Amino acid sequence: MKPPPFQYHDPKTVAEAVSLLGSLENAKLLAGGQSLMPMLNMRFVLPDHVIDLNRVEGLSGIKESGGVLEIGAMTRQRDIEFSDLVKAKCPLLHQAIMQIGHRQTRNRGTIGGSLCHLDPAAELVSVAAAHDATVVVAGPNGQREIKFADFPVAFMTSSIELNEIVTAVRFPLWAAGHRSAFVEFSRRHGDFAIVSAAVLLEIDGGGKITRASVTIGGVAVAPVRMTEVERAITGQTPSADLFRKACESCRAIEALSDVHASSDYRQHLAAVLSRRALERAAGLSAKTSVH
Amino acid sequence: MNEKRTVAVTVNGKKYSKEVPVRLTLADFLRHELGLTGTHLGCEHGVCGACTILLDGQSARSCLMLAVQVEGREILTVEGIAPSVDKLHPLQEAFRDNHGLQCGFCTPGMLTTLIEFLRDNPDPTEQEVRIAISGNLCRCTGYQGIVLAALDAAKRMRDARA
Repeated sequence: MKPPPFQYHDPKTVAEAVSLLGSLENAKLLAGGQSLMPMLNMRFVLPDHVIDLNRVEGLSGIKESGGVLEIGAMTRQRDIEFSDLVKAKCPLLHQAIMQIGHRQTRNRGTIGGSLCHLDPAAELVSVAAAHDATVVVAGPNGQREIKFADFPVAFMTSSIELNEIVTAVRFPLWAAGHRSAFVEFSRRHGDFAIVSAAVLLEIDGGGKITRASVTIGGVAVAPVRMTEVERAITGQTPSADLFRKACESCRAIEALSDVHASSDYRQHLAAVLSRRALERAAGLSAKTSVH
Repeated sequence: MNEKRTVAVTVNGKKYSKEVPVRLTLADFLRHELGLTGTHLGCEHGVCGACTILLDGQSARSCLMLAVQVEGREILTVEGIAPSVDKLHPLQEAFRDNHGLQCGFCTPGMLTTLIEFLRDNPDPTEQEVRIAISGNLCRCTGYQGIVLAALDAAKRMRDARA
């Protein structure tokens, strides 16, 4: 249970980090260390080089401009948790953060690290999918942006190139007063979700849903946007009956099966949790999330 | 491949400078290099919380950090909690008085976690305390005493400030 031998690099700038990444063989980037460090301790990964991003300047911070919330890749989950800006403008992100690990891990864990690790059940990955986030990456040829829909390409694998690093994540904000809910089922508080549901809703003055985003995490290699549910409820008035019927389509997701839960059970949870998240977002239920 | 680096760090108010292998975890650095064996190692992969320390006042799992990462930083371990050798911190007193420890293995992590928590939330509910220690495993299953101790400590610290 000790990390294998490696060479350690702690660049101070993004350019230096990118250049190291491009020149070293078998290198791993170390962000908050809440996934990579256990993997090193258990020797699931054996990198020759570890490039520590913790001393790179300019990768942390939360700012809003032009209806977009931009969060630096090395921003700690803790800073997102306590950000009034996030709470006010992107409440789904705040709710999801509260379900990630524990205080001790949120103090270190970063948003960029979580997205790059790309655990299928990770809360931040689901929020990025729900919000149609954009991932900003830096490489030898400068910056580029990746739409989150194109970000996951396989199990725990993203579309960033080997010589690129994530520098920021951009969340296009929904209208002021929009509703949201993040509901997950896990065996213990702080665990990865077995299944999670992230919901965003805009409801007009007449009480009709004008815009909806429904995302199921933990069921497949990447979060699944339930466009069928979104279509079925848009233009409708929220009701328990509407949501129950619409969410039945979640049972058709081709779901993972593993030691934690069978695919049948995940499909069942997907339908139940998406309904609960919708009810909560629409104010039909005051019940807080299940742990 | 056994690259080494010098780490200068302040632990419990005392400055240290040591040359260490870059792959050494912070937990092993504290225990083996500095001899501060109060920080316990349960799982070594970030699950049990026994190795929790405060890094610049924020709780972190020392098994999930490298010693080289704390260059220039300040660390508080369980050894640094008591105000003096013959006086316990109110949190430690509350643990003693409320049967907040049995075998004592999880205690260092419980204490460091609760120091941060009670600093930020001096008047918590029982539910908030339970969530605060949700990242710390007690295999004696002595959570009831730990929760009582945390609530009692919060009261003692509030009374001391009043």
